[in-house]
Amino acid sequence: MTDIAASPVLRSPAASAALEWIARRAEGFVIPVGALIVGMALFSMFIALLGKSPLQLYDLMWRGGFGSWFSIQNTLSRAAPLLLAALCVALPARLGLVVIGGEGAIVLGGVAAAAMAVAISGAPSAVGIVLMALAGMLAGGIWIGAVGALRHYRAVNETISSLLMAYIAIALMNHLVEGPLRDPASLNKPSTPLIDPAFVVGPIPGMDVHWGLVVGIVACVMSWVLIEKTRWGFAARIAGGNVRAAQVQGLAVGPLIVGFCALAGAFAGLAGMLEVAAVQGNANGSLAAGYGYSGILVAFLARHNPLAIIPVAILLGGIEASGGLLQRRMDLPDATVQVLQGMIFIVILFSETLYGRFRMFNPDLWKRDV
Amino acid sequence: MIIPPPAPPSDKAVGVEATGMTMRFGGFTALDHVSVKVPAGSFHALLGENGAGKSTLVKCMMGFYHPTEGQIMVDGREVAIDSPKDASSLGLGMVYQHFTLVASLTGAENLVISRQDVPPIIDWAKERKGLAAFMERMPFKLPLDVPVGELAAGEKQKLEIVKQLYLGRHFLVLDEPTSVLTPGEAQEVLGLVRGMTRAGDLTVLMISHKFHEVTAFADDITVLRKGKFAGSGKVAELDHKAMAAMMIGDQPIAALDSRTGVPADARPILTVRALRAPDRSGLKKISVDGLDVKSGEIVGIAGISGNGQKEFLEVLAGQRARDAGEVMVKGAPYGASRAEARTLNVRFIPEEPLRNACAPKMTVAENMAFRTFDLSATGKPVSWVNMGAIRAYAARLVEQFKVKTASLSSPIAALSGGNVQRAVLARELTGDVDLLIVSNPCFGLDFSAVAEIRARIMKARNAGAAVLLMSEDLDELLELSDRILVMSDGALVYETPIATASVQTIGEHMAGHH
Repeated sequence: MTDIAASPVLRSPAASAALEWIARRAEGFVIPVGALIVGMALFSMFIALLGKSPLQLYDLMWRGGFGSWFSIQNTLSRAAPLLLAALCVALPARLGLVVIGGEGAIVLGGVAAAAMAVAISGAPSAVGIVLMALAGMLAGGIWIGAVGALRHYRAVNETISSLLMAYIAIALMNHLVEGPLRDPASLNKPSTPLIDPAFVVGPIPGMDVHWGLVVGIVACVMSWVLIEKTRWGFAARIAGGNVRAAQVQGLAVGPLIVGFCALAGAFAGLAGMLEVAAVQGNANGSLAAGYGYSGILVAFLARHNPLAIIPVAILLGGIEASGGLLQRRMDLPDATVQVLQGMIFIVILFSETLYGRFRMFNPDLWKRDV
Repeated sequence: MIIPPPAPPSDKAVGVEATGMTMRFGGFTALDHVSVKVPAGSFHALLGENGAGKSTLVKCMMGFYHPTEGQIMVDGREVAIDSPKDASSLGLGMVYQHFTLVASLTGAENLVISRQDVPPIIDWAKERKGLAAFMERMPFKLPLDVPVGELAAGEKQKLEIVKQLYLGRHFLVLDEPTSVLTPGEAQEVLGLVRGMTRAGDLTVLMISHKFHEVTAFADDITVLRKGKFAGSGKVAELDHKAMAAMMIGDQPIAALDSRTGVPADARPILTVRALRAPDRSGLKKISVDGLDVKSGEIVGIAGISGNGQKEFLEVLAGQRARDAGEVMVKGAPYGASRAEARTLNVRFIPEEPLRNACAPKMTVAENMAFRTFDLSATGKPVSWVNMGAIRAYAARLVEQFKVKTASLSSPIAALSGGNVQRAVLARELTGDVDLLIVSNPCFGLDFSAVAEIRARIMKARNAGAAVLLMSEDLDELLELSDRILVMSDGALVYETPIATASVQTIGEHMAGHH
């Protein structure tokens, strides 16, 4: 066979080891980026069919998402909840579970945080924020932890159960904000009472972006360390790679699955808390803004690698931030950005079938030729 | 003189000759100019290790693959076989290793629906009459009115062969036809098939790993090695050693350690008492009243697959809950948790290691660390995983156990079956081993890997490990075990020391005649 690029003849061992190292990692980068580009190209055709210029569209998208300090701040604000929502997909995915109901944990996390804020109104600022965060994380953790427990102990499909539980969570939120937790003063939009101003999470100094961005980035880094560097992460990767092998090794698969799902849900619940404490000021129907679903796309684009989630969430945040500009300048409907996200997602799912097909990414095939 | 009327052509055996068969998949040559001649009415055996190209060759003959080069002649005429349908119309058929019958239908129903020309409305009275007349001419006697699911494995295999004959096929490829049969059933089925070839009704090309079957039933053999023709000859003129030499070429074969005696006072390591557990259907019970495995002995468990061995092993490995009874290791109750396995030095090697003992996409180094990743160099539990130490440890084991891998960072799925098993053995046999539980360790592996892996197990035994070996390969059990037990219908029904073990008696107990 002749494949000049892959021929290792006359290469020093160190250089070929480095090349192998790069090749093994390049696949997980090149394929998603390629899929992203193909998805955007398909979307261009869609735009062209509408009689608009794709070039103008991507130009506006760039300017709306990243072209000015104002748009960058807008982008980063949107990226903050996406980081946490994507972790809610990526962590269970490392154990082989496809959880798509992070929206439910976000919504309940927000309501629990708002309820906590009402209960402890008047407490010192730091105590209030921490207790709100804990309440939100607990609610989200229980919600997604239950999905993991149903999966492991009762063999209920986690994709279906998490999706259905998201609907239950939204219904529960509507019931609570329109009933027991409603602020009688909120007439047009039923909401919980505004939280104590001391509990509001403010902007990062020098930016118009709230602290949730930092929290999300820290959560991503911590998740990466957990998976790549600790015994629990290693055990989870074994269980995700082959649950029978994990059982044969005597690893406690049930607690691992429930634990990782609960942690994933806690991150989503934290996203809900931040929506309440940094954006809305109370819990209301706006909590179900679809961050949980955008998080699915972010996690898949990042191949469930928590570090890769950071740039991908910022990219997706930028695309979402440009929606308003597209609407105003090109007279495109509000849903345009969602069409783009949907197209990218379909191409990403298709690209999953390409792994292992390319010789250049597979050093194990190079040596057979020698 | 009365000349008998000529039999209809479809009742005669068909001869097949394939010449210069070459099959390339991309840049990989699976079959390289291989020729095989199977004259009408002969019983031909096709031998070779896994990946030698046997199934590629027969798939070309059956029209599943289109060979890159080569011709096929049927009864001396060159033919084009573009699809399984073409093969069928020439009278060529194949019996697969695993059953293809519909379990809920009767034998008669299975036969009739397998025909190409089934009418939309089946006249069962007429079909039954036709079938009765057909069965008259068959040497096989089979109950055709019970659901196939209720037949024994040997009967199912006979029905598979009868089905091919019923469909008018007179050249049959049998792909390891006895792998699911007891020795008695295997003798019977192959004997009947051989009778039909002698009578000139049938030609057989049998893929087999079992030399004793080849010697007893086949006329000629063809051997493939790495996709190439490696030899052929008359069975009468070849002994097992010559056939093995053709199959493996000149690679060295690991020799078994000589067996040291089991001291009479060896302490029992594994003790199982009054164990009860549900089987996978939930309808039957696994019940093991008593089993002891002593230090320094290999206890083999024989049985036809599906008689509860797998479930028994899953109970021991902690993958299946038990209803009652106790499992003790060195006198301590054993529940297969990681901590217990670690303190009691219990190792478990399941069958098909890539499916059951590895995470295929994780690297070789990571897979080799599954047992020890959460321990420091001094054996203390740690929270942080040290990838450098894991790689160094794996590098050492790869060297010691001769695991062939392109790199420690290769996904373990990229390794060959034998090397995956070597990697798993390296992981599980390093350090002190008091109890080793192994299931079908050599299933699907090639000759040299099999010899080496058996040698490793024997070595562990000689070093004092108690070994519980479950295998569907009776030859393997006879080679390795100190005692053999037979499991049938979820219970241990027979026990014999190796000195008095007879294939005949073991086979009868496997079949449930006890």
